[in-house]
Amino acid sequence: MGRIEERFAHLLQQGEAALIPFITAGDPDLGTTVKILHELVEAGADLIELGIPFSDPMADGPTIQAASERALANGATLAGVLDCVRQLREHSNVPVVLMGYYNPVLHYGAAQFSHDAAAAGVDGLLLVDLPPEEAGEIQEDLRRSGIALITLLAPTTPRERATKLAAVGEGYLYYVSMTGVTGAKQVDAAGIVDEVEALRPLAAVPVAVGFGITTPADAAAVADFADGVVVGSALVKIIAEYADSPELLDQVGGFIRKLKEATRRSSQ
Amino acid sequence: MYDYPDSKGHFGAFGGRYVAETLMPALLELETAYKEALADPSFMQQVDYYLKHYVGRPSPLYFAERITAELGGAKIYLKREDLNHTGAHKVNNTVGQILLAKRMGKKKVIAETGAGQHGVATATVAALFGLECEIFMGTEDIRRQSLNVFRMKLLGAKVHGVTSGTATLKDAMNDALRHWVTHVRDTFYVIGTVAGPHPYPQLVRDFQAVIGRECREQILAAEGCLPTAAVACIGGGSNAMGLFYPFVNDEAVRLIGVEAAGFGVESGKHAASISAGSVGVLHGNKTYLLQDADGQIEHAHSISAGLDYPGVGPEHALLHDIGRAEYVSITDDEALEGFRMLTELEGIIPALESSHAIAQVKKLAPTLSQEESLVVCLSGRGDKDIHTVAEAMGVKL
Repeated sequence: MGRIEERFAHLLQQGEAALIPFITAGDPDLGTTVKILHELVEAGADLIELGIPFSDPMADGPTIQAASERALANGATLAGVLDCVRQLREHSNVPVVLMGYYNPVLHYGAAQFSHDAAAAGVDGLLLVDLPPEEAGEIQEDLRRSGIALITLLAPTTPRERATKLAAVGEGYLYYVSMTGVTGAKQVDAAGIVDEVEALRPLAAVPVAVGFGITTPADAAAVADFADGVVVGSALVKIIAEYADSPELLDQVGGFIRKLKEATRRSSQ
Repeated sequence: MYDYPDSKGHFGAFGGRYVAETLMPALLELETAYKEALADPSFMQQVDYYLKHYVGRPSPLYFAERITAELGGAKIYLKREDLNHTGAHKVNNTVGQILLAKRMGKKKVIAETGAGQHGVATATVAALFGLECEIFMGTEDIRRQSLNVFRMKLLGAKVHGVTSGTATLKDAMNDALRHWVTHVRDTFYVIGTVAGPHPYPQLVRDFQAVIGRECREQILAAEGCLPTAAVACIGGGSNAMGLFYPFVNDEAVRLIGVEAAGFGVESGKHAASISAGSVGVLHGNKTYLLQDADGQIEHAHSISAGLDYPGVGPEHALLHDIGRAEYVSITDDEALEGFRMLTELEGIIPALESSHAIAQVKKLAPTLSQEESLVVCLSGRGDKDIHTVAEAMGVKL
């Protein structure tokens, strides 16, 4: 059993939803990213989505765009991102999913990437601009290395397509809560309950929800019906605000603890 | 037989549909709607009607006698897309796409623009059909192309200044995609070039292919035989693809795409994606891109805002790989010389984009015999570039 599967199975037993924080690797720099990763684990993150910075993050709002720019300006590379995971892996078993855009991975080489990522301790890969129709060219390499390719589903995905994609999902399904970019508006939890609940029995894997989840109250509301709750922009904002402050890790840890409390308290 | 793209939108190893899931259903819907439209004779009749009576097609194929004499080689024919309504080839595509948008029941259109020609062409046709229109344009291009910005506003479009990245065409496309992902349910994205996710490269090529179809007939009428070469500038490559496509199966006709070499390809400040780039994925398609060792997209540079893009349409990538088309590059300075030559000898002020093709013809024509002919796409007129040219010449307006 892989780390992702194990973690969700354990949480299901506990009656909790997974808290899945997202941060952009290399923001503000790769050294700090490793410290933040440790802090996330310490504070209760169940799984981590680690963003690979990209020059043209077309699906991201201003917060994560800016984080990507800071990371690239400070010299973050895909090899450096893998090294962060390697350092985290020395101390933690938390599942790590790399999230980003296809081009850096394509340029690194699918086979080489799969090999190096698995060796570093990466469990999954989520590429925003690689829909299942195009994923064939990388999927075999990932499978051979035991890395799950996470599938996204959106509110615009027709039921028939969702049914097909859900049945073959790996790791977990990432349900995008709204039409829009990351961090644009607040999630309407009540508006997506039906969609997510319809999806869960169709899915071969757990269903996590992301986009627009900014507060513990949002997290609690979503944790009522989803297997996992992704918090990205709200956390990246805190990192941006405290990047140069000695309070950075405390602020990050404090926020994560509140979110984790929310996913614990409200679960079925 | 040349038959691309395949059913999944691939041009050999290029093209495809590399977009967020939120957009996938919209692209599948567009593909279906386009297929239905193509099968409906009344749709193509409608497109032809507006191309004839609104755009002013067919555009002339003009024998440029004085340049021909000056260069002393092949006869040079200019395909006068600059004479279209709105002053460039872009309107061929916006007429087609906006008629398709209407057919699909969409009330809002958006577009990205570099030089502003596609933005103006979109705003124009949106005004014609009473659709809401929003244009995304980099603030650097807004500065370079203030005339076109004002034209778009007069036409009722809302112009969003894009400040991210290099604040040029690439970034405008990022923001247009971000807007589309947010408003995909009621908004039609009018992509201006033969790039982006499938079916756009095919769609735009098909709507622009009127250039090559007319040109092929016109040169046969004028010369009694096909030209030695067809030449066009390439940013994303829509005027070139429109010119080339009807000649693709005429193996004897050389197809020559002219990329922008900016300060020179070796300077690193250029927009020559095929000549100096490598394969990658950006803006929904796999193609040649300018990128660094880590797969980050690099900044393009060209004096011409319309060519200032770090990628190229996937069908050009294919034509390059199979050796059917040749891709060369022309520097800013050479383009300015081409601009001056056409202005002074023919009384035609070309767009800086088209000036790259003219500059290539200046090199090529003297190497050919006087019995041969060249067709070159004069993709747009140069009024919009007057400020840039004045700046380059050190003249204050």
